[in-house]
Amino acid sequence: MDNGLKMFSINELAEFLNVSKKTIRRHIASGKIESTKVGGVHRISMNSINSFLNINKDIAQVDANINKELLRKALTNDAHKKNLFPFESRVPEGKMEDKWNNHKRKINLVSPANKRLIDVIVVGTGLAGASASATLAELGYNVKSFCFQDSSRRAHSIAAQGGINAAKNYQGDGDSVYRLFYDTVKGGDYRSREANVHRLAEVSTNIIDQCVAQGVPFARDYGGLLDNRSFGGVLVSRTFYAKGQTGQQLLLGAYSAMNRQVNRGKIKMYARHEMLELVIVGGKARGIIARNLITGKLERHSAHAVVIASGGYGNVFFLSTNAMGSNVTAAWKIHKKGAYFANPCFTQIHPTCIPVSGENQSKLTLMSESLRNDGRIWVPKKKEDVKKILEKKLKPTDIDESDRDYYLERRYPAFGNLVPRDVASRAAKERCDAGYGVNKTGEAVYLDFQSAILRYGKEQAYSKGLDVKNNSLVEKLGKEIIKQKYGNLFEMYEKITDENPYETPMMIYPAVHYTMGGVWVDYNLMTTVPGCYAIGEANFSDHGANRLGASALMQGLADGYFVLPYTIGDYLSSDIRTGKISIDTKEFEIAEKEALRKLSFFIDNKGSKPVDYFHKKLGRIMWDKCGMSRNKLELKDAILEIKKLKKDFYKNVFVPGELYDYNEELAKAGRVADFIELGELFARDALEREESCGGHFREEHQTKEGEALRDDENFNFVSAWEFKGSESNPMLHKEKLIFDSVELKSRSYK
Amino acid sequence: MKLNLKIWRQKNKDSKGKVHDYELDGVEEDMSFLEMLDFLNNKLLNEGQEPVAFDHDCREGICGSCSLFINGVAHGPERGTTTCQLHMRKFKDGETVYVEPFRAKAFPVIKDLIVDRSSFDRIQQAGAYISVNTSGNTQDANTIPIPKHNADEAFNAATCIGCGACVASCKNSSAMLFTSAKVSQFSLLPQGQVERESRVLNMVNQMDLEGFGACTNTGACEAQCPKGISVKNIARMNREYLLASVKK
Repeated sequence: MDNGLKMFSINELAEFLNVSKKTIRRHIASGKIESTKVGGVHRISMNSINSFLNINKDIAQVDANINKELLRKALTNDAHKKNLFPFESRVPEGKMEDKWNNHKRKINLVSPANKRLIDVIVVGTGLAGASASATLAELGYNVKSFCFQDSSRRAHSIAAQGGINAAKNYQGDGDSVYRLFYDTVKGGDYRSREANVHRLAEVSTNIIDQCVAQGVPFARDYGGLLDNRSFGGVLVSRTFYAKGQTGQQLLLGAYSAMNRQVNRGKIKMYARHEMLELVIVGGKARGIIARNLITGKLERHSAHAVVIASGGYGNVFFLSTNAMGSNVTAAWKIHKKGAYFANPCFTQIHPTCIPVSGENQSKLTLMSESLRNDGRIWVPKKKEDVKKILEKKLKPTDIDESDRDYYLERRYPAFGNLVPRDVASRAAKERCDAGYGVNKTGEAVYLDFQSAILRYGKEQAYSKGLDVKNNSLVEKLGKEIIKQKYGNLFEMYEKITDENPYETPMMIYPAVHYTMGGVWVDYNLMTTVPGCYAIGEANFSDHGANRLGASALMQGLADGYFVLPYTIGDYLSSDIRTGKISIDTKEFEIAEKEALRKLSFFIDNKGSKPVDYFHKKLGRIMWDKCGMSRNKLELKDAILEIKKLKKDFYKNVFVPGELYDYNEELAKAGRVADFIELGELFARDALEREESCGGHFREEHQTKEGEALRDDENFNFVSAWEFKGSESNPMLHKEKLIFDSVELKSRSYK
Repeated sequence: MKLNLKIWRQKNKDSKGKVHDYELDGVEEDMSFLEMLDFLNNKLLNEGQEPVAFDHDCREGICGSCSLFINGVAHGPERGTTTCQLHMRKFKDGETVYVEPFRAKAFPVIKDLIVDRSSFDRIQQAGAYISVNTSGNTQDANTIPIPKHNADEAFNAATCIGCGACVASCKNSSAMLFTSAKVSQFSLLPQGQVERESRVLNMVNQMDLEGFGACTNTGACEAQCPKGISVKNIARMNREYLLASVKK
């Protein structure tokens, strides 16, 4: 019989698609699935399934040609193994709790004597890069680390404020590895790979032990034990912190571990270097071309494996909470050399940032999510109050309690001010779009600490035996507690806005903060280019469509300390006899020439507009059309506009100075060129994903109450994009997501 | 507002630099100092000139990239503030503002306002760590309780951002505040005890090798430190150093 003629029963199809039989019957009834009745029972052909799933044409063809025997096998045993995705995700077999341990037991190892013969390049020295460099060097590999900053200690992980999650259950409030796993999958709106998230939750506890052993000064209580606080989207306190500088302390911990290895000669540090090309030899990643940012010279560096830990691409929006230098270049270069880029449209817009103040603003500043533990978010209930505030006739503190709309507490009573970031951001936008924004741009809401100040003050007064009814005393005591908890954040706010947040509520508004999307990796964190790995924010794997607070630090360190150093051995075990990789080969020469060609183009270009002009324009398109809410029309528009911008950029960009010299404009030009290309893919991905999930909100897909409407039947997959040359469109591959341990549910925080 | 800027320009480490004058109109109060320099650079670029090079990255006062000696003060007139968080509302219309790089023998100028602070990294590499491998079997984090006071003190010392303002503002270009902050952090914690003596000896030795000067207790470093690192740390380091030398 012909392969394409296999007919499915409803049972089989339901199992195959991982949906209920009822759903299949409904679709047959509505005509969405074409079915033929054979002897009174429904039978569905492969072709009608394909047209129902609207699968990419090429893939559909592959499917139709699948051997019938294979198909039956896939249907009867483990349906999820049948994967149209061209790469294996390499998720190990077994029960969820055992996968990682089993995997570690089974993977190949490299002996200590052989590790000395193997070189590894790590690009980026944030939490993921620094921890990976240190651990790989401890294990005995020869590590070369690269960062564009003047010191590895300045990577942008340093700016993370709030904390790091770990399932330690020190508070005895019912936390567990499973709960952290569950919260993260749910928080990510069921768009992450289950097994990766479970592993993350498992190693989370090791991270805290490791950091404490390194001398990271976490906050402690009076008994000398570690203190915790709570973050958005969860019902337990599992966040470890060091005031508002957790990222700094963790990064400096990883930096110290790196320094130890630099001192031993196991890490060679290349600061002020930027990776410009990946070099592939014999189908494997074997090195990079880097530019020394001081001399401007190009350098060839070889290794047996290349690890990309270059962070996220939030700066595609120009204004974001990322550092000025944060860029997508390393990730984008490997994408153009064959690494798939996954879920580019999954971007996190953080709800609590200082609002934009003027035209010349260069970046946005985050106010830690931890503030939502004690701050209450509100806007006035009455529009006339809004008007009076803008005219400075009324102060926010004058508005009566009953005239305030604590909209998060109103809409989400269970989680209140601690709903996940995507939900909080959209709610703020909704209020501001409705005309309740409280600053001149109409894009700000209040974050108010008054009730926390009174609450803490009363506690203090009571425990010290002072007069609880003395308001000024209570306020004073309360402010001291708030100062202890968030002192540096309050100071920072005051410096930037010139307003004292102890006296008047903070003004905040959402801003681009983190990118869940990134380079596609398998369970071993290897990209689709053999020997090229991506870790930390640079990869896509753990946060799905939305990241929970205090999980970025956890993922960065988990990847770098506890996952990559193990999994990379599996690949490198075949390289023990390879010997040093020569840099005097054709492949290196070609890659170097390619990098040189691009740089010379910018220097020789006779344009007139500075790089920032284009970057700001790109940012505007992205924020307006691919920002907090998106729709088909605008996304299509965005793609066209970005194409136009790209032309304009290459024609009119002006880069002064010389190639072989310190030249920041030249470095920026290269980064913006990559951002423009990424921006287009971003919009394309957002357009393809016809559902709302996590940070990706499509206006066409929402409930009557304006909540996100996910479509698990059609979009329960990872979008992995393959680069097909700069003249043709990228190709979409879908890695289907399987949820064995967590039931797919609509996410509710009400 | 309008500013008369006097900015240090220097092509590279081998060439001689000098102060250039720039008149800049249209500066807004809400701009940060670095945004004001962006604004100037944008103007220069539109005129086809090379922009002023300066180090910067996070622009939220934590990475320690930005430096600048503004009107003779590291990070400018506002106390406890990095240049990126200094706002133009602290300046007056028509004011003359001098902008220079951090100056010290151990911080050679790379270009314009950018200096090479890799000597700081080398001090850290000499011993600012606890020798513990990443094994996944370290003991549970709560097995050693640490008195809150010590943990807080260690944290305060650990908030140093490594910007180099202490060196730039010291008449001897001493790196004692920077080095002592790290020495203090580890000497206050139980985890740091094992290598306590070798650490302080090695770090101080490296500090001297890099060409940083001695400390004469003027306290300028603490006054201009954007993170308010206390000179008490220097006293602690001196004590640690003395003890370690005697025991050696």
